[in-house]
Amino acid sequence: MTNGTRPTQPAGSAPAFYNNPRFRALFYQLLLVIGIGYLVFLIISNTLANMESRGIQTGFDFLSTTAGFDILMTLVDYDATHTYFDTFIVGLLNTILVGAIGIVLSTIIGFLMGVAYFSSNWLVQRLSVVYVEIFRNIPLLLQIFFWYFAVLAALPSARNSYSLGDAFFLNIRGLYLPKLISEPGAGLVYGSIVAAIIGIFALYRWAKRKQELEGVQLPVLRLSLALLIGLPLLATLLSGIPFTLDYPQLKGFNFRGGITVIPELMALAVALSIYTGAFIAEAVRAGIQAVPHGQTEAARSIGLKDSQIMKLIVVPQAMRVIVPMLNSEYQSLVKNSTLATAIGYPDLFTVFVGTSLNQTGQAIEIVFMTLAVYFAINMTISFTMNWFNSKVSLAERK
Amino acid sequence: MLKQVTMAATGLVLGLSMTAQAGTLEDVQKRGSVSCGVSTGLAGFSQKDEKGKWSGIDVDVCRAVAAAVLGDSDKVQYKPLTAKERFTALQSGEVDMLSRNTTWTLTRDVSLGLNFAGVNYYDGQGFMVSKSLGVSSVNDLDGAAVCIQAGTTTELNLADYFRAHGMKYTAITFDTSDQTRSGFESGRCDVLTSDQSQLYALRIGLKKPSSAMVLPEVISKEPLGPVVRQGDDAWFNVVKWSLAALIEAEFLNVTSSTASKLAKSGTPEQQRLLGNTGDAGSKLGLDAKWAYNIVSQVGNYSEVFERNVGSGSPLKIARGLNAQWNKGGIMYSNPIR
Repeated sequence: MTNGTRPTQPAGSAPAFYNNPRFRALFYQLLLVIGIGYLVFLIISNTLANMESRGIQTGFDFLSTTAGFDILMTLVDYDATHTYFDTFIVGLLNTILVGAIGIVLSTIIGFLMGVAYFSSNWLVQRLSVVYVEIFRNIPLLLQIFFWYFAVLAALPSARNSYSLGDAFFLNIRGLYLPKLISEPGAGLVYGSIVAAIIGIFALYRWAKRKQELEGVQLPVLRLSLALLIGLPLLATLLSGIPFTLDYPQLKGFNFRGGITVIPELMALAVALSIYTGAFIAEAVRAGIQAVPHGQTEAARSIGLKDSQIMKLIVVPQAMRVIVPMLNSEYQSLVKNSTLATAIGYPDLFTVFVGTSLNQTGQAIEIVFMTLAVYFAINMTISFTMNWFNSKVSLAERK
Repeated sequence: MLKQVTMAATGLVLGLSMTAQAGTLEDVQKRGSVSCGVSTGLAGFSQKDEKGKWSGIDVDVCRAVAAAVLGDSDKVQYKPLTAKERFTALQSGEVDMLSRNTTWTLTRDVSLGLNFAGVNYYDGQGFMVSKSLGVSSVNDLDGAAVCIQAGTTTELNLADYFRAHGMKYTAITFDTSDQTRSGFESGRCDVLTSDQSQLYALRIGLKKPSSAMVLPEVISKEPLGPVVRQGDDAWFNVVKWSLAALIEAEFLNVTSSTASKLAKSGTPEQQRLLGNTGDAGSKLGLDAKWAYNIVSQVGNYSEVFERNVGSGSPLKIARGLNAQWNKGGIMYSNPIR
């Protein structure tokens, strides 16, 4: 350990414990933690004391009292007799719904537009550039207003709806779809869908093995599609079509029955997807451009087709650049979804921090719960994407 | 180092709490202006004209308080707040008082750490529908889509009323009353519900006011009034009695034009209100002329009402419940003596 150049301790006198670097490091860190803990304690106790002295009620008791107001769109059973905790759940699910729709749509749009940038077709390539430049440079709130107040508000009234075969209706109150109601025997159909998905995974592995061993390529995509559509279709016919459709019908003022997609959800989901899609397109472009051109040339020289070069050579290498950027785009999307409050889409922020907070006045508790939720959602996204990232990076190093 | 940081932070936290608890009255006098939370724009109650000047029945309560405390009704800083923001803004000390068509309810009075200083307008919840809908009563509205402002008592009354009558509805909530109007106008909802006074105000803001009508039913009691923080009694008294002075001046027939004459030659009650005799002002910690300043600069309650929402305004709302108690209404001021 001692290499002669550093002064060594005289034999027989061990260094005092407070001069031990390990101890000192630990000691100061402990002191810092205690200090911060004390500060947090002080802030909390001081806040509580102040609120107490001003007669502001605190605590989480309000969660079990009746909310007394209705919410436009609920994914679970809810009416005005439910509790404030239920309003929290309703808002949370609505946030997750719009976030999930936004992530899926923006990924599809972003990848299509990102790849389109490299198209040899002039029109397609220009389209990608124009799309990115327009939607990346306009504030999101403005885009939400555009879709909600300019596009969707121009739709006709309920009585003059656009309709498709008396089953689908589109008007200013939303999009009305027939609802699938399952009857006994539907379990077989759902089971067949699961079986088809498992089958596709098995097929994929088998095809890969076959190619490695024999060099024969199977039409995996076509076979998968056949499996995914054919198997449930067969099950449906075999079990005697165990479904009925609940069609939306105009009764009184509005359509009833079926599924209603409210315009607030449509406007928010479209705006979020298109806005975030522009950023994802740029991430995809960056990822593809990060792959050295020599890779493409090498692939071409061994006779791969353009589509194969993209799929087998470029995209797998581009993913390691794209995925970390996707991670932050997804997180932004979830955070941006709180702009729902501007058009009244009942997400967590609108319902819980908006109405519930105002009716109860429990600002600190409600804001704290909401902060924790957005933190948890984004941590989940982050962990998932990091896991996915480690998968693609490993695949690259092989 | 760490100790210094801790102490500084401790001082900061304690310091903050101490400033917030100091007397609002002294703060206002030192600052030279009243910070008053008003609506983001509601005709007759609090609205800003193109020159940036605020007017309305709620604004006049702010002006009355400024006149009483500072002797000048123009020394008000208006803070436009949405229904959702208003209580937090008051609790956190961002505004000295709230005069923002706010309904006095038990929950708000008791659990938010606030005090209601009286009622400046007795309102009730009503409904506005498009005439083309062919509806003449609230009870025909089963299944309707209803536009509503988020975070209001209206939202709760609506749920109660429709449930009690076994009717269904869809609530479409917006942040501001302007947004509820554009939702109603674009056809997103069949019905707009709000306090009746607001409905009249929103109706004249429509592109075609004659295409909409206000239904006759009133489904709730909505006493609207100014609000202050709980635990600051001196300021609570000032706001409470400034509002009372407006109402009492009408009862005593003192107007903005007759105030200076009646201060010297009026009845004993008029002279006491206007500060020529008695010591009401010093008891409140204000100038003896506090009520005189209110009446001469802002007017009495009748002048305030007619100018903003009554016959002198586009709203043309009748006095109704808001008439003096001896003229068929329930406006009543406790004696100022």
